Amino acid sequence: MIRIERISKAFGGLQAVRDVSLDVEPGSITGLIGPNGAGKSTLFNIIAGLIPADTGRIYLEGQDITGRRPHRLFHQGLVRTFQVPHEFARMTVRENLMVVPPAQAGENLLQSWFRWEKVRRQESAVRDRAEDVLEFLSLDHLADERAANLSGGQKKLLDLGRTMMTDARAVLLDEPGAGVNRTLLGKISDAIQRLNRERGYTFFLIEHDMDLIAKLCNPVHVMANGGLIASGPMAEIRQNEEVREAYLGGGVSATMGASE
Amino acid sequence: MEISGIAAYLVSFFTFVGIYAILALGLNMQWGFTGQFNIGIAGFFAVGAYTSAILTTPESPWHVGGFQHPFLVGVVGAVIASALVGLLIGAITARLRTDYLAIATIGIAETLRLVIANEGWLTNGVRGMSNIDRPFSDFFQAIGLSSAMGSLIVVAAFLAGVYFLVERARQSPWGRVLRAIREDEPATAAAGKNIGRFRLEAFVVGSAIMGLGGALYAHYFGFLSPEAFLPLYGTFLVWVMLIAGGSGNNKGALLGAVVIWTIWSGSEFVMSAGLPEGYTGYAGPLRVILIGVLLQVILITRPEGILPEKAPRAIAKGRRG
Repeated sequence: MIRIERISKAFGGLQAVRDVSLDVEPGSITGLIGPNGAGKSTLFNIIAGLIPADTGRIYLEGQDITGRRPHRLFHQGLVRTFQVPHEFARMTVRENLMVVPPAQAGENLLQSWFRWEKVRRQESAVRDRAEDVLEFLSLDHLADERAANLSGGQKKLLDLGRTMMTDARAVLLDEPGAGVNRTLLGKISDAIQRLNRERGYTFFLIEHDMDLIAKLCNPVHVMANGGLIASGPMAEIRQNEEVREAYLGGGVSATMGASE
Repeated sequence: MEISGIAAYLVSFFTFVGIYAILALGLNMQWGFTGQFNIGIAGFFAVGAYTSAILTTPESPWHVGGFQHPFLVGVVGAVIASALVGLLIGAITARLRTDYLAIATIGIAETLRLVIANEGWLTNGVRGMSNIDRPFSDFFQAIGLSSAMGSLIVVAAFLAGVYFLVERARQSPWGRVLRAIREDEPATAAAGKNIGRFRLEAFVVGSAIMGLGGALYAHYFGFLSPEAFLPLYGTFLVWVMLIAGGSGNNKGALLGAVVIWTIWSGSEFVMSAGLPEGYTGYAGPLRVILIGVLLQVILITRPEGILPEKAPRAIAKGRRG
């Protein structure tokens, strides 16, 4: 689905991503883990078209998408969420979702001025779709709330909900579990699994919560110091010496052991 | 003051309110919806005013023109000219961040004002342009109304039209994308929206509305000089109106125009009557300070303005109503 081919990126003297190649298989929930500063987010931002790679190519379903701008990637079925939720704060939860669907006639000002009935008809369908997503995420009671008033976890859900407002094929999730309490975390991981099963979304996600990774992802790729050091099912990754080494000092190795 | 004097004053008062309300609605599209920090309103206001004046005035030895087109041609020309200037500036500055856009727009507005002041062949420079007719004055005279009253009616009609279009734009999916851009650009791009296109459209349409305001001003006042397009009158007052009224809220823009114009023009009377002998020369600066302080008070006590932005009423019902 997504093929990453020999991507490298340096910021000044810092080699943030070092010759990384990996494949995200269609229909998979693929995980990307690694200590802070490993280069995971940089790799994500390169895929998402936010920063250019120094070398290497990115393919989406065989098509070269290297350096393509975010709004164009969206129309090819690649959408993303952010590590820190990017809600449209002074808009309602429902509006946050209704922004997303592509090809809305009413996004043309002249159509909105002079073809109001057509715009309204489409708007009605968009609204239905938003209501469905809100129900799916159990956010329906908050539809008319300003997004700014949601909790951190609810904002994460809303971010995920935006990916459901289009016919996405591949979704990049940057730490879907960061700063989310246990109850909401369960909801988020359920939503990811359901979207994967029922809608065939392919997920590629960065996450620090090893339990969540173990529950959702197969395979898992591990980055450290900009390079890819291991790939495979979580059970194998846990046994990998180099991975344990990379996490040493961060105190994560203990967590990794504990959850076995 | 006699009744007729009061009536004449009210006509002039509301005409100015109407013109400023149009400017505030144009700014609302740019700043209120999209978050574009345009502090060069006076420039678009001036382009509209001078374009219409040049298109409609009789031949004059002092400046280019003599086209004597009807009022409506002047208005259309003003809208097109200011939209083109907006397109040019917007295309150059579309990628600039808010604060840089602010610097660019105020620079361009001042440049335009200096061009107007110095290119005498075009605008008669600082001596100004006169003989700009009021709209449809023959018609209004025929039905027994003064040309000032006629101007007020025309301004009110244009204001109603602009309000309708800007409010519909706000309720539409187009306006929703603008507000999303204002809230969070990366997320809007990640939702597949071409931010550059939307920002440019909002800037151009907002500029065209300001140009329309300029044309109406020219035809009401009948005389133009670069003085009228100093940042204080052309830009600062409009900003205060929008922020006081409630940026993002079109009714707020209207209310802000009424409230701030009341205070601004009212303070002229109060100060000329109330200031002690020998201090009347300070009235002008004092009024500016008054408005500045008022703006501070509003920002501290009601940061979202008198009428805060509300989510537009849904334009369509879903299954669940």
